[in-house]
Amino acid sequence: MQKEKLVVIGNGMAGCRAVAEVLKRDPDRYDITIFGAEPRVNYDRIMLSPVLAGEKTFADIVINDEAWYADNRIVLHAGRRVEGVDRDRKVVRGEGGLEAPYDRLILAVGSDPIRLPLPGADLAGVVTFRDLDDVEAMVAAARPGAKAVVIGGGLLGIEAAYGLSKRGMGATVVHLMDVLMERQLDASAGFLLTEALAAKGVETVLEAQSEEILGEGGRVSGLRLKDGRVLACDLLVMAVGIRPSTGLARAAGLEVARGVVVDDTLRTSDPAIYAIGECVEHRGQCYGLVAPIWEMCRTLGEALTDGASAYEGSALSTRLKVSGVDVFSAGKHLGGPGCEDIVFRDAGRGVYKRIVLEDGKVAGAVLFGDASDGAWYFDLMRSGEPVGDFRETLVFGQAATEGLRGLDPSAAVAAMADTAEVCGCNGVCKGEIVRAIADQGLSTLDGVRAVTKASASCGTCTPLVEKLLKLSLGDAFQADTGPKRVCGCTHHDHGEVRRRIVGEELKSMPAVMQALEWATPDGCATCRPALNYYLLCSWPAEYRDDRQSRFINERVHANIQKDGTYSVVPRMWGGVTSAAELRAIADVVDKFEIPTVKVTGGQRIDLLGVRKDDLPAVWADLNKAGMVSGHAYAKGLRTVKTCVGTDWCRFGTQDSTGLGVRLEKFMWGSWTPAKVKMGVSGCPRNCAEATCKDVGVICVDSGYEIHVGGAAGLHIRGTEVLTKVASEDEAVWTICAVTQLYREEGWYLERIYKWMDRVGLETIRARVEDPEGRRALYDRFAFSQRFARIDPWAERVAGRDSHEFNPLSRRMEFEPA
Amino acid sequence: MNVLVRDPLDWTDVGAVTDIPLRGARRVPTPRGVVAIFRTGDGRVFALKDACPHKGGPLSQGLVHGHAVTCPLHNWQIDLVTGEPLGADRGKGCAPVVPLRVEHGRILLGQG
Ligand code: SRM
Ligand SMILES: Cc1cc2nc3c(=O)[nH]c(=O)nc-3n(C[C@H](O)[C@H](O)[C@H](O)COP(=O)(O)OP(=O)(O)OC[C@H]3O[C@@H](n4cnc5c(N)ncnc54)[C@H](O)[C@@H]3O)c2cc1C
Ligand code: SF4
Ligand code: FES
Repeated sequence: MQKEKLVVIGNGMAGCRAVAEVLKRDPDRYDITIFGAEPRVNYDRIMLSPVLAGEKTFADIVINDEAWYADNRIVLHAGRRVEGVDRDRKVVRGEGGLEAPYDRLILAVGSDPIRLPLPGADLAGVVTFRDLDDVEAMVAAARPGAKAVVIGGGLLGIEAAYGLSKRGMGATVVHLMDVLMERQLDASAGFLLTEALAAKGVETVLEAQSEEILGEGGRVSGLRLKDGRVLACDLLVMAVGIRPSTGLARAAGLEVARGVVVDDTLRTSDPAIYAIGECVEHRGQCYGLVAPIWEMCRTLGEALTDGASAYEGSALSTRLKVSGVDVFSAGKHLGGPGCEDIVFRDAGRGVYKRIVLEDGKVAGAVLFGDASDGAWYFDLMRSGEPVGDFRETLVFGQAATEGLRGLDPSAAVAAMADTAEVCGCNGVCKGEIVRAIADQGLSTLDGVRAVTKASASCGTCTPLVEKLLKLSLGDAFQADTGPKRVCGCTHHDHGEVRRRIVGEELKSMPAVMQALEWATPDGCATCRPALNYYLLCSWPAEYRDDRQSRFINERVHANIQKDGTYSVVPRMWGGVTSAAELRAIADVVDKFEIPTVKVTGGQRIDLLGVRKDDLPAVWADLNKAGMVSGHAYAKGLRTVKTCVGTDWCRFGTQDSTGLGVRLEKFMWGSWTPAKVKMGVSGCPRNCAEATCKDVGVICVDSGYEIHVGGAAGLHIRGTEVLTKVASEDEAVWTICAVTQLYREEGWYLERIYKWMDRVGLETIRARVEDPEGRRALYDRFAFSQRFARIDPWAERVAGRDSHEFNPLSRRMEFEPA
Repeated sequence: MNVLVRDPLDWTDVGAVTDIPLRGARRVPTPRGVVAIFRTGDGRVFALKDACPHKGGPLSQGLVHGHAVTCPLHNWQIDLVTGEPLGADRGKGCAPVVPLRVEHGRILLGQG
């Protein structure tokens, strides 16, 4: 009897595996013919990356050699692309007119790499990364010292860049998003990846939009980005994604959506034709990884040998293939509604793990630096096994957990071997902790932290350490609340965070979160503004302010009101104004129909009820009259109140108005831990209320008394005298120095009086009365002001952050007519 | 066989996902009030009516962290997925969720 004819289009991962699955079940059922557009046998496409990197050869990655085709009597038409399928005649037509009849047909044509339609995309030296020909083209261009740019910071782009860099090229990845591999990684892991790649010689340019590919003599010479930057290169790789290859199916009249539509038995809309691999769309889903393909092939193997099985879609996991950079991601790695995160960071080993739980089960994971437990988490995720019983050890991995499973928690802790590691960050095992508790009479978590360092870093093991305390002390143990930490995202207090930012030269938010082993992926509304301030204060020239970590008032440079409108307070230097300024204010009020104009408690004028969209226009008009933001919203310098002083007052001893104006003009725009208000009074009658300000000056005949630590808000506090100086210059130096000391050592939201209570007035005085200390503080303040005295209003009038002030779209503003 | 599925909602393209800063939000005025569209640190997009369940504060002006926003007026934390307050204020009303779809990097808002 004649055998049925099985024809496969596509000699790739899916096509050949499907054939293997059929042969395994019924080796004699079909006459098999395979068409492959590539002129070679079937190879492992995912291993093209190590081939590019020179870590493997083509021979190493062949899956089925010629003998396999011969042994299984498979006819292979390699290098012959199929041009059409005639469904009425059940015939496949290959290049050169070759026809092959079929009873059953499998479409396994994979996908096509996307080529961005940029100007210059057709220049020589612009390639994609899909098959061996691409790899050969790249290797040919990879002269040592030459430069490559890879557009696309996904798995493929990164592997391409790494491979090219291994070949001696300077490689740069240009990525549209602000996180590499954003579909698999969160910001923390993305940051670590960027660093790890840099260490391997691969540069990363994030948030970069490509605009034009530049060429010279028909060959690529560079890439221009939208912001004008030009990256020179001799080779440009586009790795921006793939599109299911659907041309053949479409031409044959099969149902096609994003991919070729198949049912749960991988059948297309024609019952004689199946489709598998990257070219298909199953239950609305297209895949770009091999694991789902293997599952599809098993189902198809059954279907073609009269078995019954259904393909129901696949869970996905990803692993990056860059030597020495361990990255794994699976499932809902970003969390989501109803999810909880368990985060573990080990700064010393460069490890970051995030396990996402949902309903007490593993729903996803991101692992960086140590991905050895990836498969275990992936299994837990797919099996849907509840993990409540071993939640505490889950993040430490399989080995740490296995010994404890099935036991009740305290028995589990008791049963742990003395050598079992409890604190992964600091490498502390159970025995050390138990001994420390017994030998040194420790009874608190803090005590254990101080002596053993266990639980002193990321805090993930805190519950375990507490259990050990309980086990050792019985009822004598009372869980303590721990040190006053910045927020629930960390176990560190503000002081520790500040010291380490400076000491370890941490210059970005992700760097801080990793080094200090933050327990959440992107912080919270409490820690982010604090970290943003600490970074800004520590690295004034380098750190770029993070808008999204600022409270709305500081983001839009106006004060939000209860009805969502804003109030605008221009600076009125030292409380002095002029007819021109008042006229400009009056004009703005008329023009923008501002409902309320009020004199503030800080000697200036508040315009209340401004619509957000109007803010830039209001500022533009105020700017024109020479006025700048009064920072009435800022954790920064607010007002400097003055009295009239020697200019007019019969009791005035010094030019209090002039000094106030000078201070405000020099110090405005500086960011501080909490707001800073100042006052300068011309004599001890103190009409400027200087003795209830953060920093106050009382002028006297012999000079200037400098006061600090006043407040008149929630707490009423008179100032203390810091020091007395003879000249106005010295007054300015001293005030800048004490402000800088507070900027460097105060905790976020801690006003000067609270800082003073914490560190003591004596300490502060010693630091600013020492001439060299004062000088150094003053210099650092002055340096920082070089980047600070910029009117935020003017910048926004000029177009900065315009997205803040304009609605995303006005298309829905009115009902359609 | 082709099946035509009709959408029950009208969808309006209101802009690109990348028009919203990461961990940021933007507003879309509509005849039924302003809609706040949020983009979280992981690049996902959510839409809520721009009114806090507490006293109507504009959530679009809040600080976005994880999948939540902290209201700019009195610091309630609102879950972006459900529109409900989190933590101590759980159960006290909610900001209505607005239907939203992302297609090819574009944001489509639904009007039912
Ligand atoms: C406008 C103004 C009231 C007025 O109409 O006069 C005002 C208005 C606000 N004050 Fe004030 N304070 C104003 C002068 C004061 C003063 C008097 C002064 O500066 O001489 C004080 C007491 C002095 C002091 O600060 O110690 C004052 C003590 C406070 C406090 C308590 C601070 C504390 O540490 O105890 C707060 C709450 C806070 O900052 O967290 C506050 C907070 C606020 C806020 C920002 C409330 C808020 O968070 O939204 C108000 C919004 C202002 C807006 O929308 O424009 N305001 N506030 C004054 C603006 C001054 C300026 O020109 O910048
Ligand atoms: C460099 C690289 C690294 C990767 N790394 C990983 C990884 O680490 N993990 C992972 O899971 N996945 C990885 N992938 C993805 C994985 O390789 C694909 O998911 C998989 O190869 C898809 O299999 P397929 O059979 O559907 O398509 P393919 O393997 O592309 O096979 C399709 C074949 O069909 C041929 N063809 C197309 N049209 C025709 C036609 N008209 N006539 C005849 N033949 C035709 C093509 O030439 C091709 O050989 C990687 C991909 C690349 C390119
Ligand atoms: S005293 Fe209270 S109500 Fe008045 S402005 Fe200050 S914060 Fe607002
Ligand atoms: S209005 Fe949102 S917290 Fe009060």
